[in-house]
Amino acid sequence: MPTTLIGGRPIDVNDEGFLVAYDQWDEKLGAELGRLIGLELTDRHWAVLRFLRMDYPARGETATLRRASTVGGFPIKELFALFPGKPAKKMAYVAGLPKPKGCV
Amino acid sequence: MTITEPTVGAPIVPDFGGEDCPLPAEAEASETPAGRKLVIICSKGNLDMAYPGLILANAALGEGIETHLFFTFWGFDIITKSRMEDLKFTMLGNTAMHLTQAPKLPIPALAGAIPGMTKMATSMMRKQIADLEIPTVPELLEQIVEMGGHLWACRMSFDMMQLNEADLFEGVDAVISATDFMDLSEGAQIIFV
Repeated sequence: MPTTLIGGRPIDVNDEGFLVAYDQWDEKLGAELGRLIGLELTDRHWAVLRFLRMDYPARGETATLRRASTVGGFPIKELFALFPGKPAKKMAYVAGLPKPKGCV
Repeated sequence: MTITEPTVGAPIVPDFGGEDCPLPAEAEASETPAGRKLVIICSKGNLDMAYPGLILANAALGEGIETHLFFTFWGFDIITKSRMEDLKFTMLGNTAMHLTQAPKLPIPALAGAIPGMTKMATSMMRKQIADLEIPTVPELLEQIVEMGGHLWACRMSFDMMQLNEADLFEGVDAVISATDFMDLSEGAQIIFV
């Protein structure tokens, strides 16, 4: 499992670059992760990221787009606008969580 | 776990495809969208045959892939308003039918022909799907449209079934001919369900 320097801190990541330790993340690191993938994080980004962080521990898996929409209340269109291209993976990355496993 | 020294230099960042992943809206606006394109042909109207195409379409859109679904023949039930909520699963002709509660219990092929069996098998399958928090067919179609996916209806099936456009799910882009389909699918990867 590689360790990489992000924002001057050593961070454990998997081979793809997703963070592997829930507790290594804080919002300062989140902002840095966003910057690394070209995202300027707004309040709406943060609302989504905080939902993902809150949802993860009890379920042990990252919310899918569907769950972020039905449970978190974020319209799917907005998620595509906030995290363009591959929203589910980008949201998970910036929130310091694994890629979602669910199919929908 | 082996402990490795932090990588010096550029951090390890997942590959999100960069410029190849335009917003669905941008991909729509562009004449020649960059990146991958997928066309899924949905030709069956059974409940268990509706899901594979819809689930794959949903996954593709989430990955920034331009996605089109083409509904033809029995697949029309998936986008016909009066039928889409009532797709059925039948055991008839299906040799892969097992009960999760008793996987080894043999199920005679003829059992599927007993009146009420299709209704029962359908409601069991619906429950299994709902337990996995998978949306219903109309909900999944709505989500696909919301994500920028395109739904196309086959002209020949439309005429054969004597339907009106008002009979179709609102998210359907248009009724198109086989020739239109050739234009649509140019350069695309095709999945036939």
